[in-house]
Parts: sequence; C-alpha cells; structure tokens
Amino acid sequence: MKFAIQVNEGPYQHQAADTAFQFAKAAIENGHEIMRVFFYHDGVNNASRFTLPPQDDRHVVNNWASLDIKDAEGNPELVVCVAAALRRGMLDESEASKNSIDGNNIHPAFRISGLGQLIEAGIQCDRLVVFGD
Amino acid sequence: MATKKFMYLNRRSSFGTVYAIESLEVVLIAAAFEQDVSLAFMDDGVYQIVEGQETDGIGMKNFSKTFHALGDYDINKLYVSKESLEERGLSESDLMPLVYEDEDDDWEEKPSIRVVTNDELKAIMSEQDVCLSF
Repeated sequence: MKFAIQVNEGPYQHQAADTAFQFAKAAIENGHEIMRVFFYHDGVNNASRFTLPPQDDRHVVNNWASLDIKDAEGNPELVVCVAAALRRGMLDESEASKNSIDGNNIHPAFRISGLGQLIEAGIQCDRLVVFGD
Repeated sequence: MATKKFMYLNRRSSFGTVYAIESLEVVLIAAAFEQDVSLAFMDDGVYQIVEGQETDGIGMKNFSKTFHALGDYDINKLYVSKESLEERGLSESDLMPLVYEDEDDDWEEKPSIRVVTNDELKAIMSEQDVCLSF
C-alpha cells in the first residue's frame, strides 16, 4: 500500500512524532511504500538539524533521516510546510538568504515546500495517516 | 487528476491554539486542487464559525472573516455537530451566515452551513476518501 503521513506535533513535546516514525518504519519493513511525510503545525520542528537530545534518549530528527524517504530523482520526501516553518523560525538556505537571515536549520534529509504537497499526497496515496491529537 | 472526497475536521476553537488558522490555510490551498471538499466542525471547533469574533484585546489576527470566502472557492459543505452546539449553549443562529452561489440554480445564494447530528456526521465521514483532523 502507498501511504502518506502527516505529522502535526513537535518532537519530544508530544508522542505523535515518535508514533508516526514507528508507523513509517514498520510500514516500510513490511513492504509498503511511504510516498511522503508532511510536517505541519509544530511538526515542522522535527526537521531541525540543531536538535541535540541527551545521549541516552532517542534522536527523533535522525530517526526520520534514517528512513531515507526520497522520490525517484533522489529528492527528500520528508516535506516541511513552508508557511508553518517560517513562522516558527525553521529556515532552509534559500529562505534564509531570501530573508537576509544569517543561518538555516533544516536537516538535509528534509525539504521545505508548500501545502499543495499535502493535498497532492492525499490524492495520490491509498491512505493519508494523520498523527497528532 | 483523480477526484477524491476530502474532509477537514475542526475540533478546536479559533485562538487558543494554532490549529484552527492553519487548518483554514490548508483548506484554501486545497480549493485549487478541484477535489470534493467538505468541512466539519465539532467539539470546540464549532466556536470557529461563531458570529462576531473580536480579537483586538488579544493581539491575534482575526481570520474568522475568511470563512466567508469559502463559498467563492466552491467550498459549500460545512457540517456542524448539533450535539457540540447544544453542549456549548449555542444554536445555528449564533453562527456566521455563510453562503455560496449555486451555479446549478441560477446562482441563487444558499447557506453553506448544515447542522447535523453526530450520527449523520459519522455517516458523512465514512464516505470520505481523506479526512484531515485539526
């Protein structure tokens, strides 16, 4: 089955991100396809490459990166909503330079894009699974 | 592109958390994809479409007026839980008069809001292909 996943909550604050990761990992291990993971609301914080949990805890951001979810051309399919990201201080290189900000924090396994990517995933996948309250 | 039935389920009030406004942002983008779109309001989500919201005192953007634009985007199925209204002492007359122009009926203005019981809402939900909950 072809899945899309939506993550609506930030890492560590809420279990939704961990549960979504476990779901995606199990789906892939069982031969299903994860077409795209879309991060929305505080879920965009799952993409921060500055995340540094204590050594005895799981690393939520690296967990996502380890799934290696990409399209046929090798572009990341861990997609962060641009509007939700910018208002929460999550920037990639292009948004940082566009807004004259001297830093960026999106992990390279993720990419920033628009909400249309969520709707497109809902149309193209067999199931869109939403994680959050 | 295939057409699917999308439902946006709103369960939180307008300003306590970010979910309401960011849900509406998704709905407005979704309108461009020519899918069958409906919205549902239940639990505290019914407060999102209450008439007369005023945000000057809390320093938040009052996005409630945006709901009036939905009709122009062919989004005209707004289901509201009857039980959720009643539990909060609200009735349909407390809600914004949201309307759309029916192109199949000489552009007559018709109400977009449909108050339904939770049982009816359950049946409508089960017909959907994609249900996004906010």
